Amino acid sequence: MELRIENVGHHYGGGPVLDRISLDVAAGEVLCLVGPSGCGKSTLLRLVGGLEKPAEGRVLTGGDVPEGCLNPISFVFQHFNLLPWRTVSGNVSLVLEGRLGRAARREAIADVLARTGLSDFASALPRQLSGGMRQRVAISRALATRPAVMLLDEPLSALDAQTRELLMEDLVGLWLREPFTAVYVTHNLAEAVRLGHRVAVLSRRPGRVREVVTISTPLGERSAATPEVAEAQAHLWHLIRDEAAAADRTLADA
Amino acid sequence: MPERQATGREVPFRGGGFAPKPVRWVGLSVFAVLLAAWEIGTRTGWIGNLTLPRLSGVGQVFVDLYDSGLLWQHLLPSLERLAAGAAIGAVAGIGVGVLIGLFSLVRAGLVPLVAAIFPIPKIALLPLFVIWFGIGEGSKYALIAFGTFTPTVVATYGAVDNVDRGLIRMGQSFGLGWFSIVWKIVLPGALPGILSGLRVSLAIAIILLVAAEMLGAEYGIGAYILEAGSLYDLERLFAGVIILSILGVLTSWLIGLAERALLAWRE
Repeated sequence: MELRIENVGHHYGGGPVLDRISLDVAAGEVLCLVGPSGCGKSTLLRLVGGLEKPAEGRVLTGGDVPEGCLNPISFVFQHFNLLPWRTVSGNVSLVLEGRLGRAARREAIADVLARTGLSDFASALPRQLSGGMRQRVAISRALATRPAVMLLDEPLSALDAQTRELLMEDLVGLWLREPFTAVYVTHNLAEAVRLGHRVAVLSRRPGRVREVVTISTPLGERSAATPEVAEAQAHLWHLIRDEAAAADRTLADA
Repeated sequence: MPERQATGREVPFRGGGFAPKPVRWVGLSVFAVLLAAWEIGTRTGWIGNLTLPRLSGVGQVFVDLYDSGLLWQHLLPSLERLAAGAAIGAVAGIGVGVLIGLFSLVRAGLVPLVAAIFPIPKIALLPLFVIWFGIGEGSKYALIAFGTFTPTVVATYGAVDNVDRGLIRMGQSFGLGWFSIVWKIVLPGALPGILSGLRVSLAIAIILLVAAEMLGAEYGIGAYILEAGSLYDLERLFAGVIILSILGVLTSWLIGLAERALLAWRE
C-alpha cells in the first residue's frame, strides 16, 4: 500500500505547525522525516495515522492492503505505550482480540515473538524488561496486525546508544525479511540515513519540506562507514544545522 | 608527570535519607509499650480509675462478651450494615466516577454537585434518611452508602483522569473500539487510584456505621458503645472502641490483599 500526503497543514491554538506538506511514500519504502525539535514531525505522523485531523489538506492511501491485514496503519511509539498490567504476549494479544480466534491468536503471537526474538519473554511483564526489549514488544505488536504502513514515532529516542544500534539492525533485518512501508520520524540523522530509502527534511516551525534526500544504497548494505550514507548524513546536517540552532533558542509558548 | 598524592581530607558523606523503609516490630512495640503503661498506670493508681478503666478490665469485658454470645449479636448486624452500605456506596461511586472521567457532559454536570455534597457531614442527614427510608435498616444502609459514595466518586474520576493518555492513543491507533479501550485500558489503569480511594471511603463507612447505629438500633457496635457511654461504663466503652479499631485494621488489610492480587504488575 502506498501513502500520499497532500498539502497537509495544521495549527495548534493559532500558531501554524505544518505548512502545506506534500509527500509520497511508495509501497515497501521507508521514508524518514527529520527536522529540528518542535518542527511538527510527530504531529505529521499523528495526522497520517488518523489520530488527529489535518486542518488543511488530506492523507490518502492507495493500493491493496496485504492479506490478513488487521490494522492498515500501525504505530510504534517513542515511549512504547505497553500496558504495564499485561505480559509481553498479552500486549500483542490486545491488538488481535476480537479479530482472531483464540487459536489463530496464539499462533500469530508465537510467530511475531519468534521474529523479534522475544519468544523466551512471552510471559514477562513490561517492568521486567529493558527499554530495548520493551520497544521490541511494541514493534511486535505493530507487526502482529500485518500493517500495510508502519508509522514509527522516534522509536529509538528513549533508548541508550548501544541498544539503539542493536534495534536499528533488528529493524533492517525485519524489513529485509518482509519489506514494509513505513514513515519513520526521528531527530537522529544516523538513524535516518541507515533506515530510510528517502529522507525528508522539515524546516523549523511551521514545518515545510525543505528537501528530500534519496539514498540508493540498499538497506542491507549500509553502515555508518558506507560513503553514500556518510555523505548523506553530512548533507542532512548541513541542511538542518542552522534551523536546529534557531529552534533551540525558541520559547516554547511564543 | 606531577607526583600524585592524595591530600588528607576525606569527602564528607552528605547523601542518604528520604527513603522510608519498612521496619519490623516497631509498630507492635509501640502498641505493647502503650498498653503496658496503661495497665501498670491504672494498677498502681498513677492513673485514676475514673480517668481510664483497667486494661485487664476491658479484656474481661471481651471475655464476657464472647462467653455470653453478645459479641456476635452486636458484631454481625454491624458487619452486615457495613458490608451492604459500603458496597452500595462504593459501586455507585465507582460507576459515577468512571462516567465523570469519560464524559465531558457528565463531568460538567456532576463535579460541582459532588463538590457541594462532599463537605456535608452525612451524620447531619440521618434524620432525613430516617424519614425517607424508615427507622430500620434502610436508613442505616443509606447513610453509610451516601458517606462512602462521595469520596469514592472523587477518587475514581481522579484515577480515570490519571490514566496515561498515551495508552489510550495507542488503543485508538490499533483500531480498538470504545468499549475495549474503557475495559482493557482505562479501568485497569484507574484501578490503583480507585483502590487507594476505597481505603479512605471504607474508614468513613466505619465512622458512619457507628453514627447510624446510635440511632434506633438494638444491636450493633454503635448501639453497644452508646449504651456503655450513657452509663459511663468506661470498660465496655473501650471494648466497643477497640472493636472499631480492629474493624478498621481489617478493612485496610483486605484492601492490601486486593491490591497485591490485582496490582501485582506494579512493583
